[in-house]
Parts: sequence; C-alpha cells; structure tokens
Amino acid sequence: MSTNKYTQTQHLYLRAAFGETVEVIAEKADKKPKKLVRELFEQAASSKDLIVIKENPLSTEELMEMSKEEKQELRRESKDKIKELNLLWLDRMADSQAAFREKMTLFWHGHFACQSANVFFVQQQNNAIRKNALGKFSDLLMAVSKSAAMLEFLNNKQNRKDSPNENFAREVMELFTLGRGNYTENDIKNAAKAFTGWSFDEDGTFRLRQRQHDEGQKTFMGKTGNFSGEDILQMLLENKQTAVFITIKIYKYFVNENPPQELIKDLAEKFYTSGYDIGALMEEIFTSDWFYAPENIGTRIKSPVELLVGLRKQLGLTFQDREAQLLVQKVLGQVLFFPPNVAGWKEGKSWIDSSTLMIRLLLVGVLSKDGATWQAKQDGDVNTDFFAKKRLINIKGTFDLKGYQQVFGKTNPKNLVEEMASYLLQTPLVGNNQKLLQLKSQNSTIEEFINATALALASVPEYQLA
Amino acid sequence: MKRRDFIQQTALTAVGGLLVPSFLKAFEYGRGITEQGKILVIIQLSGGNDGLNTVVPYTNDIYYQSRPSIAIDKTQVLRLNDDLGFHPALPKMKQLYDEGLLSIVNSVGYPNPDRSHFRSMDIWHTASNANEYLTTGWLGRYLDNQCNGNCPSYHAIEVDDTLSLVLKGEKTKAMALQQPEKLYKSTQVPFVKVLSQQTVDEHSPASYLYKTLAETVSSAEYIYSKAKVQKSSSTYGGGELGNRLKTVAELILSGVPTQVYYLSIAGFDTHIRQTDTHQRLLSNYDEAVSSFVQDLKSNGLLDKVMIMTFSEFGRRVAQNASNGTDHGTANNVFLIGKNLKKAGFYNKASQLTNLDDGDLVHEIDFRRIYADLLKKWLNVDSRQILGQDFAELGVV
Repeated sequence: MSTNKYTQTQHLYLRAAFGETVEVIAEKADKKPKKLVRELFEQAASSKDLIVIKENPLSTEELMEMSKEEKQELRRESKDKIKELNLLWLDRMADSQAAFREKMTLFWHGHFACQSANVFFVQQQNNAIRKNALGKFSDLLMAVSKSAAMLEFLNNKQNRKDSPNENFAREVMELFTLGRGNYTENDIKNAAKAFTGWSFDEDGTFRLRQRQHDEGQKTFMGKTGNFSGEDILQMLLENKQTAVFITIKIYKYFVNENPPQELIKDLAEKFYTSGYDIGALMEEIFTSDWFYAPENIGTRIKSPVELLVGLRKQLGLTFQDREAQLLVQKVLGQVLFFPPNVAGWKEGKSWIDSSTLMIRLLLVGVLSKDGATWQAKQDGDVNTDFFAKKRLINIKGTFDLKGYQQVFGKTNPKNLVEEMASYLLQTPLVGNNQKLLQLKSQNSTIEEFINATALALASVPEYQLA
Repeated sequence: MKRRDFIQQTALTAVGGLLVPSFLKAFEYGRGITEQGKILVIIQLSGGNDGLNTVVPYTNDIYYQSRPSIAIDKTQVLRLNDDLGFHPALPKMKQLYDEGLLSIVNSVGYPNPDRSHFRSMDIWHTASNANEYLTTGWLGRYLDNQCNGNCPSYHAIEVDDTLSLVLKGEKTKAMALQQPEKLYKSTQVPFVKVLSQQTVDEHSPASYLYKTLAETVSSAEYIYSKAKVQKSSSTYGGGELGNRLKTVAELILSGVPTQVYYLSIAGFDTHIRQTDTHQRLLSNYDEAVSSFVQDLKSNGLLDKVMIMTFSEFGRRVAQNASNGTDHGTANNVFLIGKNLKKAGFYNKASQLTNLDDGDLVHEIDFRRIYADLLKKWLNVDSRQILGQDFAELGVV
C-alpha cells in the first residue's frame, strides 16, 4: 500500500499542507509529484495578511487616560480578539488554496515561539512570518527578531531580573539559529550589548533607542567591532551551523525524525549557498524520490492543529460552536499563539498520552453523536483561563460527505473499505480492522455505508498518522 | 441504519474469539510493581499562592505597612510560634502543625526567578534552571528511571482529564484520570475496546498508538475495578480538591500500586480583591487536605503517604492598587506526613528587609525538596533525575 498512488499523493498534501479531500486526491493521483509541487507553489505565491484588528488597542497614550476598569476592559478585548485570530487562522488553513504557505507559517510559528497579550502585535508577527515563510530565512529571522511581540516577549514579558538582552541573545542563538553548544557565554554577553536599545513604537514598528544602545566594541565569534544587533544576526547567518540547524529542524518536521547525516549536509550546503532560500529547500525535499520512500510515509503523528484542520477538510466538518475548536486545541495540547514556551511544541510521540489518545479516537464520534461537554484544565493565569471556560462547551458538529459519494459511489462494495482507506490512511489498516469495517456493509445502503466508513476511518488510530 | 448508530453500536464487531495481546496481561498484574510502597501526593496551587498571607509574619511591621488593606489582622492569625501564624482559614492545618505532621519550608524558589506563570510552572515541573528549557517533567524522568518503558501508566496518576508536563518522561508518561469511572467508560465504547485488542506489527508506524491504547484500556479497567470496590465512607470538605483527594484516598485504600498522585487547583492568581477569594481558596484547601489526612489516619495508612504542596511563585510583598497582589518570587512549601525528620518550621521566614526590588529572595532551591523526596521517600537516585546534586534538606 505504501506504493499506492493515492497514498503517495496524500503524503505530499499531508506534509506540505493539511491533507486533501478525496475528490482532489482522485483528480491528482495520476499527476507527477513535480507538477503537484509546482501547483502548490503557484497557489501559495502571494501572501495575504490575516486581519482581526486595524490598530494597536493598547497604545500607551490612550491607556494613560483611562480608568482602571477601562484598561481591564481593553485587555479583555485584546484577549477575545486573539481567540478570534486563532479561529480565523484555522479557517484560513482549512479553506485557503494557499494551504502550503499556511503550513509553513505554522511551522515557523512553532520555531519562533512567542506569546503576547496584545492582539495587534500577535497579528503583526503572524503576518510577518506568513510573508517570509517561503522566502529567505535571513529576512524571516530579521523580521521576527524585530517584531514587537518577540521583543516584548524576550525582553520584558519573561520578567527576568538579570540582563533582559542576554535573554534575547541566548534565545536567538540557542533556539532560532545555531542551536545549543555552538556559542559561548561570552558570545551571549557581547551579543546582548549589541541588542541594547532594540525596541518598538506604539504601532509595532521597530525602533532603535539610541540612548540605550551600547556603542562600544563587542567581541563575537572571534570578531571584534562596534556591532549592531543586525550585525550579530548577519554573523549568525554567515555561520553555516545555522543552515544545518534549520535544515535538520525542517527535515524532522516534514520528512522523518531521523535525519541522515550525509543528506542533511548536502541539503544544508545548498540552503546556505542559495542565501537561505526556504522555497528552494522545500521544493527539493518535496520533489526528491526519497521523500516518497515507504520509511517516510505515515511516520508523523499529526499535531492537534493538523488533525483539526485535516478533519475539517476531509470530512467537511463544521463545528456548531466555532469556539469549541479552542477547547479541542487546549485538551490536545496545542493552542495557536500559545506555545508552551520559547522552545515551541515538542511534536511526535509527545502529542500522545492516555488522555489525548482517547480524545483523538473519540473526537469524530463525539461530534457526530449528541456532542459532549468538555472542560479544560485551568492554568492558574487569569489571562488565559478563558480556554478552560467555566461554562462547559458543547462539542457538536456536522459533516459534509458528498465528495465520498462522488468518488466511491460506483466502487464495488466489496472493495470499498480498502479503497477509501487508501485515500484517507497513510498506513494499512491493522489487524482485523478492514474485515470488521467491511462487515458493516451488510445492513445498510451503499450511501450509508460510504458515509459511515468515512467517519470510522477518521476514528481509527491509523488516521492519526500523516 | 443511521450514522450515529454505526458508531454507537459495535462499529467494529469482533469476529470469533477476542485475542488479548500478551503484554496486556503483564500490565494488569503490574509487572515490576507488585506492592504498594510509599506514596507521594503532590498538590499544586496554580496561579501563585500568596505565601505571606498564608503563613503570616504577624509581628513584622513591614508586612503591615506594605499591605494596609489586605494584611491579615494580628488578632485573627492562628499563631504557630512567636513570629508566624496561619491565615484564619487554616485551623485544620494548625492542628496538623500541632500534631507534628506538618513541615513548612520558607523562602523556597530558585535563582533568577521568573514571574510568568507558564515559565515558572515549567521550571517547577521540569526542575530546570531558569535559563534552561527541558521537555520532560521531573516525575516523568522518575518514571523513566523506574520503569525503563515497562511500567503501567498508572504507576503515577494525575487526577485531571489532561496530563501535565511534570508527569511526561522521555519514554514513560503517567496516566491522567479525573474519575476512574469516566475514563473506564470511554475505554469501553465498543469501537475503542475492539481497537485496543488488535495485534499490530512492531514495525508498523501505528504500533506506538496501539500500544498506548491497549495500555490505557487495560490501566483504566484495572483502576476502575479497584476503585469501585473501595468507596470511602468519609465525607470530604473542600470542594473540587476534596473530591479529587477522595478519589486518591479510595485508590490508595484499594491497594493499587500507584506511587505518585498529582493534583492541581487553580484560582490563586489574586491580582484583584484578594481577601475574599484567598479566604475561600485556603478554606477549601484546609478542609480537603485535613479530610484526606484524617481518612488515611483512620485507615492506618498515613505513614505510607507524603503530601507536598507548592505554588509556582509567591506574590509581591506590597499590595497593589486593586486590593490584591502581583506576581512575586519565593514562597513556602508544605510537607505533610508522619515521621517527618523536621516537623514545624524548617527555617525562619524572611524579615522582609532584604528584598529584591520588592520581592522575596529565595533561600532554599526547590530542587532540594525534590531531591529529598526522590532520595528519601521514593528511594531513587535523585542526581540522575534532576541532572545534578542538590544539598540534602533533611525534612523527609
């Protein structure tokens, strides 16, 4: 089954985006990967901003004039708007033709993990990532490092009493570029000096506060000079280790968790020489034969967001209460715009424990039945406990499965389960599953059987694999 | 046939006999853990409990000057010694103190304290340095160390619907269950039950998922079968925490070999109008924990159990403009049990004169408490789990 053309086609869409409907898989299965990849790039060519608010609602000037109650109200509104941005992004992932760009944005969002209570800054950073998601990593790094949300998060929000700029310098090196062990504490101390004065205006525009900036000599990675923050970032990019670090991260996310050394060396070299062209790297990955090798198919556990968006696409799922999607993210352990910490989400097997696995398996059933009322754990932070919600949220949805009738309506009933599985699952049904599912055809019409099978296939553990 | 019926009924009806994979049986009999040894119960107060109003320095002028409207009145304080006393909502904790069952460690924290809930809680959960980002919890690593991937997940249980980082190891994860019956019922949905019985090739990418599923179903069934037999006759006060501690008591009474129970209650982030909220929270805590201790006592089980209570940080010394307090740093930690090596106050409380920009300075690194618990209570090598050596505290 791993060489089945439907599985191979779905493999590309699951990795480069969030999976595709059976209608699209049927249409594209005979086309060459190179062509499909080209299409993905074409559709993702332009970047459209996600907008939920037009200006900074928490600008200092206005805040100063307000009463305490008014300030609290504003903060509450900002919180609500972040929820809205979260939901809007999910919609974009599920409905946009440029899903490839959205998947890349999601990946970079995890890489440059950051939290902010100011929806305007969150939005701004998200769009900056989106715009540069397939461009040059150098541009992306610069844009994110200078984003108000990131500066706020790593300088002030983390609330350290020791040097806040050291915090920023450390994170940039450890998590965003070189990775641990490739710099010294002195490098951090000196880089921190170069980042002094890095700040932002009310409207989120980057501003260098000259008076706060250290104009002295800094020694960084063996070189000495009056380096600016930009210089430091530039030097980090000039270090090939950055290309290696990023390439490994991309490989682990999009291919498999065990990157072969020689291949990484080769890919990283090209990535570096191309001037950190992300698009070129992704194109090479998606058009290589090894990408479609059996050992890379179905080996990735879908992240909560990938699962959620995938269900919306593949089952035409609509939630009765849109906000239920926030709760689903929460109980499965991934909420957009709220990464657990600056290191991002752990991915892979860490998505799975006794509790999250049960939820993943029962989700479709719960949505199609009478729904259920769930409650998430409260973190203790008054600002984000809205995800826990004192009132229990009803999880109910509707499914649009017409596409399945269209594609499988004429299939021989004896082969239906196997056929449908080849479109929806990236690994063969285990044990007796196929036999057991096939049995259900006995007491229902073809139409009912097709619909029921679609929902059942989305409920087995195999569906959790991408 | 309706779609919903399909799912509701046996979506995957078993054909012929049901084959139970052999490793399932091993879990049921708790391979590796046959006896109920010492038990650690951890209660996490989420949000940053105000330690200064919990253990009150009632003779300290700075305390009263810093909190003109929310300080606990001297006459209301339940005095424990000449300097410190409890918030009036903790009469039962006072009783435990008097009976020598409570140890209070003051000024617990860590270098370069972080005042962000997420970050600080992560630090407590992963036992990392303030500038480190670890992705496994200290109790998760304890499970890795103990089990090498072979324990049933109920070796440690978090009494909640979702599992926290603290109980996630590299290879092993604890079990999250709020009520044994609820989890059991979800695993008995016919569709799930049949899936859990499938035999899967080790090399299939789906094997990890099926293994976890089988283990979950097996553990849920085991826990439920034990818990339903053993219903505690005691009534528990203290709201939700009381309910959860009652569940823990029933599990302990039933003899399940679970070694760690983890519970958390929220609501302690008292930025605004602290007085009433804090009163209610502490009162719930007082009722719930004392009910639990009493229950264990009357069943002769108290000597098996150690209870640790902590919060991710304390709060600032001075009150804010909203009759509340903001995020602070060091805090006190409670340890409850019989045979504590040092009952009562482990150390003196801060005089409030040597503050770090209005915040308490920590004196005891929280990892020393973890080390004590790991070494002395759970009897394991704390160095491996915590990544470094920590000076013995000598409380446990």
